Amino acid sequence: MITSTKKIDLLESMLLVRRFEEKLTEMSRAGERIAGMVILCTGQEAVAAGVCRALEPEDVIISNHRSHGHLLAKGAPPGPVMAEILGRRTGCNKGKSGTLHIAVPEVNALCTTTVVGGGIPIAVGTAFAAQYQRRPVVTTCFFGDGAADEGSFHEALNLAALWHLPVIFVCENNAWAGAQRHEEHTLVQDIATRALGYGMTGHVVDGNDAVAVYEATREARRRCLEGKGPVLLEMKTYRWRGHSEFDRQLYQPKEEIAAWMERCPIKLLQEALLAEGVLTYAVVAEMEDRARRTVEEAVAFAMNSPWPEPEEALENVFCD
Amino acid sequence: MQQLTFGEAVRQALVEEMRRDPAVFLAGEGVGVSIHDNPKAPTYGLLQMFSPERVKDTPVSEAAIAGLAVGAAVMGLRPVVEIMFSPFLTIASDQIVNHAAKLRYLSGGKSRFPLVVRVKAGSGAGAGCQHIHNLEAWMAHCPGLKVVFPSTPGDAKGLLKTAIRDDNPVIFFEDMVLGLVPGPVPGEEVEHLVPIGKADVKRLGRDVTIVAWGRPVLEALKAAEQLAAENGVEAEVLDLRTLAPLDRDALLRSVRKTGRLVVVHDANKTGGFGAEIAATVAEEAFPSLKAPIRRVAALDIPVPFSPPLAQYGIPDAARIITAVKELVNLH
Repeated sequence: MITSTKKIDLLESMLLVRRFEEKLTEMSRAGERIAGMVILCTGQEAVAAGVCRALEPEDVIISNHRSHGHLLAKGAPPGPVMAEILGRRTGCNKGKSGTLHIAVPEVNALCTTTVVGGGIPIAVGTAFAAQYQRRPVVTTCFFGDGAADEGSFHEALNLAALWHLPVIFVCENNAWAGAQRHEEHTLVQDIATRALGYGMTGHVVDGNDAVAVYEATREARRRCLEGKGPVLLEMKTYRWRGHSEFDRQLYQPKEEIAAWMERCPIKLLQEALLAEGVLTYAVVAEMEDRARRTVEEAVAFAMNSPWPEPEEALENVFCD
Repeated sequence: MQQLTFGEAVRQALVEEMRRDPAVFLAGEGVGVSIHDNPKAPTYGLLQMFSPERVKDTPVSEAAIAGLAVGAAVMGLRPVVEIMFSPFLTIASDQIVNHAAKLRYLSGGKSRFPLVVRVKAGSGAGAGCQHIHNLEAWMAHCPGLKVVFPSTPGDAKGLLKTAIRDDNPVIFFEDMVLGLVPGPVPGEEVEHLVPIGKADVKRLGRDVTIVAWGRPVLEALKAAEQLAAENGVEAEVLDLRTLAPLDRDALLRSVRKTGRLVVVHDANKTGGFGAEIAATVAEEAFPSLKAPIRRVAALDIPVPFSPPLAQYGIPDAARIITAVKELVNLH
């Protein structure tokens, strides 16, 4: 059973992700502050928080192009993450990665890949390593509904199931793959049903309900560690913003976005906790403040950090 | 010294490294229970010698095999995975090119990916062009990958052992045509490690440098002996052994001494690694050249099946001799 403390932790984690990304939207509109792409998970925070806060520190996550939520919820430090997005030397990856491929080995966020579906076979490898080393570690791999059309998805699920690997495949079905809606790229309504084809367990979860996501992940983690093999969780959620901040979302019906915004994962949990008497409005205001302050500090840290020296481009191609 | 075939030498390297380091494991299609159940095959008997935990037969899933290696490596294991034939690198190439090669750089040096991809290459075996296509230049084009291509059983053993201990991703090409030719190989009593990135002068000479890797090294040596006996031309034969990192010093030293260069490879000529060798020499040692650089490479055709067709496209000693004779004005 989930405790009230954990529910508050989920809310706090979602608030941080939301404020962090709202700041990125603001900065990318201002133009000069962010050099490259900005790809956000706004509206999908319940998946990031619900999954990552259900994991233990030594558990591994493999993320994708929509990674900020996963990384922050797993405990990546907001300052270095922001500095990496802005290309600074103090960034998690010394400015080599930018927003799209941030790796934070310190919190076992071992890989973020922007090749759609590319992380799924890697998760098989990290899960295999944990099994080989006899460590009670679960790998969680995040990917979108579009990635479930890649061959790598099918190859990886088959191998993970065959070897009973401790890996949770988390499909964040946010209804849009690029500019294609779900029905335009697959006839299968629930991607979770594909688990059956590989002899694996699959579940559909309300991806806007952080508590449901948390509980499904805890259960999947328990199964994995009992040696019962991988689990495919399909989180039904929605992409509030375009593919990236350059995308004007002309193909996405405004009413559809509005309807999903009504089911904002933060609002849902906050209202539930207020109704349960777990939280008061005063505490919510404090939490909001804390999230805002953390983001302001992260931005200040990043903006006050130096750019890398150009020759640093030559470093880190190989291990010495 | 023991005489082993190429496959036996590779197996000895695998056995020694697996005994030495429990983090080393093998995975691939048929690396354990193989339809090619041949005592001369590199992974013959390893499943019995070690265990199904360490010798992993996989489904026919090249992307999954390569991804397995990337993920296992970042967790501290030392995967040695097999991609059966060189053309199948194209199926595994997202994991190799976009992930194995780049993730260390993308991590800003925080992560390491100590993995080896063993892959069969060469120009023979009569399997046709979807099983034979030498893609070493494709791999060498990717920063972050080391590319090894030995020509002797002794080098194969020493280079594979070094590759397994290397903290970077290494693509290890095994020339199928060399499979059954025995050669001297140091045994377990010596620590036989051949450094990655060092070329080997397989024959000393003063008149022309012949650069090759894999099977063509043997053809180059044959050509050199014939040129010395019949024409008094002394060719130096440089076996690169490693394409990335390239041993530029050895290459330039030899060409500065001889003033002439012939590059030989089994891969197609266009965009082949021979072009890189030629360009390097033209950039760095142009004043030393007494004659134009020549490339003796496979024709720009897919490898055909019928033996006379296949033989027509392959660089052999006769074509190397012709190229050398042009350079030293013997025609």
